[in-house]
This record gives sequence, structure tokens and C-alpha cells, in this order.
Amino acid sequence: MGRKILFITTDQQRYDALGCNGGTVANTPVIDSLSKSGITFDRAHPQNVVCMPSRSTMLTGQHVSTHGVWMNGVPLPQDAPSIASDLRNAGYSTALIGKAHFEPLLDPFLRFTENRLAGEKLFTDNPNDPHRGFDHMELATHGAAGNLHYSQYIRDNHPEQAANYYRVLDNELQVNAQGGGDSGAPQVHVNNIPREWYHTEWVAQRTIAWLQSLPDDQDWFCWMSFPDPHHPWDPPASEMHRVRWQDLDLPEGYIANPATREAVLDDKLRHWRGWYDGTFVSNYEAPAKWVPATLTTDQVREVNAYTHVENELIDEAIGTVMKAIDSRGWGNDVDVLYTTDHGEFQGDFGLLFKGPYHVDALMRLPLIWRPAPNAAIAPARVASPVGLVSLAATFAHIAGLPQPTYVEAPRLPQNDTEATVLGHERVLTEWDSVLFGKIVHLRTICRDNWVCTAALPGSLNTTGDGELYDLTHDPLQHVNRWDDPSARAMRDDLLSDMWANLPKTVLPLRTMDAPV
Amino acid sequence: MGTVRRSVFIDCDADSVWSFVGAPERLHEWFPITACKVEGNKRWITLAAGIVFEEDIITLDHDLRRFQYKIVNNHLITFHLGTVDVIADGPNRCMLMYSTDMEPEVLALPIGGAAGVGLAKVKEMFDRK
Repeated sequence: MGRKILFITTDQQRYDALGCNGGTVANTPVIDSLSKSGITFDRAHPQNVVCMPSRSTMLTGQHVSTHGVWMNGVPLPQDAPSIASDLRNAGYSTALIGKAHFEPLLDPFLRFTENRLAGEKLFTDNPNDPHRGFDHMELATHGAAGNLHYSQYIRDNHPEQAANYYRVLDNELQVNAQGGGDSGAPQVHVNNIPREWYHTEWVAQRTIAWLQSLPDDQDWFCWMSFPDPHHPWDPPASEMHRVRWQDLDLPEGYIANPATREAVLDDKLRHWRGWYDGTFVSNYEAPAKWVPATLTTDQVREVNAYTHVENELIDEAIGTVMKAIDSRGWGNDVDVLYTTDHGEFQGDFGLLFKGPYHVDALMRLPLIWRPAPNAAIAPARVASPVGLVSLAATFAHIAGLPQPTYVEAPRLPQNDTEATVLGHERVLTEWDSVLFGKIVHLRTICRDNWVCTAALPGSLNTTGDGELYDLTHDPLQHVNRWDDPSARAMRDDLLSDMWANLPKTVLPLRTMDAPV
Repeated sequence: MGTVRRSVFIDCDADSVWSFVGAPERLHEWFPITACKVEGNKRWITLAAGIVFEEDIITLDHDLRRFQYKIVNNHLITFHLGTVDVIADGPNRCMLMYSTDMEPEVLALPIGGAAGVGLAKVKEMFDRK
């Protein structure tokens, strides 16, 4: 028997969401416990700050330029490498339960396997050679609409609950800008679904059911993927007593004075202010009819309250799964990796949601590796920069497999000393969006506690534009030092390093087959 | 307005390709849909998700090798124009092009994606080895 792997992801969660990372609102004792006995990474970045590209990186161990999923709506090729396939070939049982999103969700032609399985009452398309290497796929997304297994579960068992969820798209199929709650914040909604039928609980229960189906001596890799705390913010209303939005302070990253806030935005690449003013919406997932400049302090606090509640529910769901694992006698043999695909503004800079904005709100992620206790690996906090691109090699390492030839980053280190040995000097993030003529291209490096973003030619930015932040002295990234002569040498060194290490983009870009 | 365009070069004469894609009732043989029915200037297509689109055939020009249609009587779609062109590139090569313009704009993307699948299939069928 080898080490088993529980890979837990959330969706759109900030580094500071967790108690172990300094969060002070949501109670996350289960994740905090994993952190205490494991390796906690304090500078983990995604390779893209939206779902499909980032998740494709987790599965393939490749940067976006290589796997080619450059934006939401671009499907991961059917024959893309998959660490799940490697683990399965090594004898592991494999499952992905919850949100996959390697393929577009808006799929009226049902071209994609993820969207076909539930309708056909299946958990795999081919037991002998399953889709992306997962023996079992049981899928969910944000709510009860669509073609995935959770939606089917609600339709079959609790059809009256479907309408309790927030309606994600409006009549024009744009991401809904409708506000709710007490403050009218966009995508906030009072959801009267009982907690036991909410998707967080469903993901945990379906994970437990799959684990219970396995023999005691079976090695397994289970990706348990929670759709929360991604918007819409509509946790079960029964749980909202946990965090009263009226009791919350404004987040540290929120700039209360409008003039100061707008000056900070004006100092960044031009698309920031364009979005803030509602004149340049380059990411489909941000409601096009919502203007960030209208965001109120109450709305910021209410969005944060709903998010904290969702994070607590995730923590408790993980606790339930960990108990089930212990009850099987597997507790000492299981490696647990916990992370998310990208962050969320949650009010930083007066913004919500996400997009082409390479700052900590979206890039600094929670990442915890709790090695199997039987492996006797010392707990640590790692300050070196690492990326989700290292996950695939880490899974291979845990399983005792050689590093796959297709991955583009070494496994995660167990401490900072090993980070140096393995070559974790920098982490890279890419952004490309081309949405009906609104074009943004960014390339970013984080190294030596600096973040440097170069713009490529697009609708508002051009070659020579960029952002440079000193994370040590400006942790909130309010001061763009791109044009600061005293930082010129650092900027040029970072750019040189970035261009030397970024994989060459595979051209032509793959087609975008859906908005999300 | 959502606008998408997909195209593919095919090593085959334009007339042969047009004889296939210019037959509106044969759409299901190359486009990823499950059913297709034509009556006069009307066409109904069924998607795998069960959605049925009612369409008006606007242009069927065998000389220009152009087919145009629009989705009608759909509560969601407020504007649509789809165009299929076959353009000769010498006697033994042609370009097959599919474009669509529509509101809501985001729907153009999955239709464009499906068109990409369809064009690839026509190329596979007609490319002379």
C-alpha cells in the first residue's frame, strides 16, 4: 500500500480566508489543523487567475502557454496530459468530485464529456480509459442549473430547491448584476435551501460515498473540489447567523477615500480604471452591467460576510470527510493538499470578482500540504514562491512515481531549504483575454518579494506598460513602481528573468468555444 | 453584438463542397446537432441538450455558394444571422467559412465552437489525400 491523496480545492478563495493565514473572521479549525501539522506555503500563485486555465494547470503541471487553455471557454484538449491518468496507471483509484471545469459550462450542443455524464446517468465515459484519467467524475458547479450531477440530484430529489439559488445569468445571458441581501450587493442572495442539500455538503457526502466504495487496501487519489466561495454568494440562509455583516470591519485592502482609491487605480495599467468606471469589462465573469465605482462599504462588508460563511461550511465539510477517512483506518496514510484556483477582490481597491489584475487579492492563494503522518515529514512554513504548476509533480512524488516528463515545474518543497535545491526561485502568471474586441494580455513574475507585470499590446495597454510592486514595503500594492528610476534595475532584472523562463506560447491560440 | 468566424481550407473543388454544405437539410451530417428538418424556407434544428431552433432560410445562392439563415421565434435570441460561404481557391482547393452574428452576444461563442467541429468534419470528408 502506498500513500493515498486527498486533493481539496475551493474556488476563488483568498489567502487570508483561513485562520492559519491570519484570517480573523471565518473559523477554519480543520484547515488550520492541516496547516499546523503540514507545510503551509505563504507565496503560492496560480498560473492564471480564472478557473479553466488554472485548473488545467493543476491537472497537467503545465503553464497556460503550454496547455493552451488561455481563457475560460477554451476547452482543455481531450489528449492533454493528466496526472490522474498517471496515478491510475500506477494502480490508484481516481475520482474528481465537485467542480472540474476543464471544459466550458455553457454547452448547448453537449460537446463536452463533463456536461454529458450526468444526463446519461454515468460517472465515467469509458471505464477502461476514463476521461482525463478519473475513474469516477461526479460534478457540480455554482448552483443547480445546467447539466452536471449536482443539478441532476436537485432536479431528481429536491426540484423545488433549484429556484432558491441565485440566477447566475440574466435574460441576455450576461453574468447577472442583480443585487440582493440587505445592501443590494451584486450576486448576493438569500438562499433558503436547507444546508444538507447545499452543494458544499453534497460534495463532501459524495466524496465519502466514493471512498466507502473502495477496498481497504486500495490506493486512491481523490480530488474533492468545492464550488464555493466563488460568486454568487448564496450560502444557506440558515447559516448566515454565523457572521453578521454589520459587525465586520472593512478589509485592509479596501481604500475608503474615493479620491485616494481612484488615484491608486489610475497609477496601474489602464484597464483597471476602465473596469472601475464600467467602460471596459474584459472578463465575462464580472457582471457587465455592474459598475464597480458604485460599490458601497455596506456591500463590501456583506459580500465578505457571505464569503466567510461559505468558508466555514467548507471547513466543516472537510472535517466530515477527514473523520470518514479516519474511520476507514487510512488516517496515517493520506496526504492532504489544500488550495484554490484563484483569489477574489472582496473589496480590495473598491472591486469585486476577478479579471486581469495581478495583485495579491487574486494571485496569493492558500496552499497547504499535509503529508501522510506515516511519512514523518516535519511541519514548515515556506516563504519561497511556488505555483499550482507544481501540484502534478507533487502528486507523482507522493505516489512514488518519477516526475512526469510533461510537467514544467518541480514538486512542492517541504521547506525553504529544499525550495532552493528544487529551484523554486520564481512563479509566473499569464493572462490573455479577447472578448469581442476587448483585449488584455499580461505576463507576471513574482520573485524576491517583488511582483512585476508586463502588458502586451491590447485594447488599452501597449508594449512598455506595466506594474511593479515591492511586496515587502507595499504589501497592499498601492504604489506602482514601474516607472520609478530607483527600481529600474529590479524591474529590468525581473523582466529578463520572466522572459527567459516563460514557456513559449503554442500558436495559434486555441479557439474560445464559450464565455465560461 | 457577438460575432464569430471560423474557416478551413479544403483540398477539394468548391462545387463538390458546396453540393454538400449548400444543402440545408443535410446540416446534421456535419454540424454537431441531433436532428434537422426543412420545409420550404423554414428549418428546425435540434441540439443535444434538447433545444430546438426555428430558422428562416434567407439566402441559398448556388452561384455565389452562399447560405444564410436566421434563428427566429426564440424568446432569448433578439438578433441572429448565420452565413456559410464556400470560396474557390483555384480549381482544386476552397475555403469553407462559417460566421454568425447574434444577440445575446455570448451565444455566438458556443455556436462558433460547434461550427469549428463541423468545419473540421467537412474537411475530413472532402480533403483529397
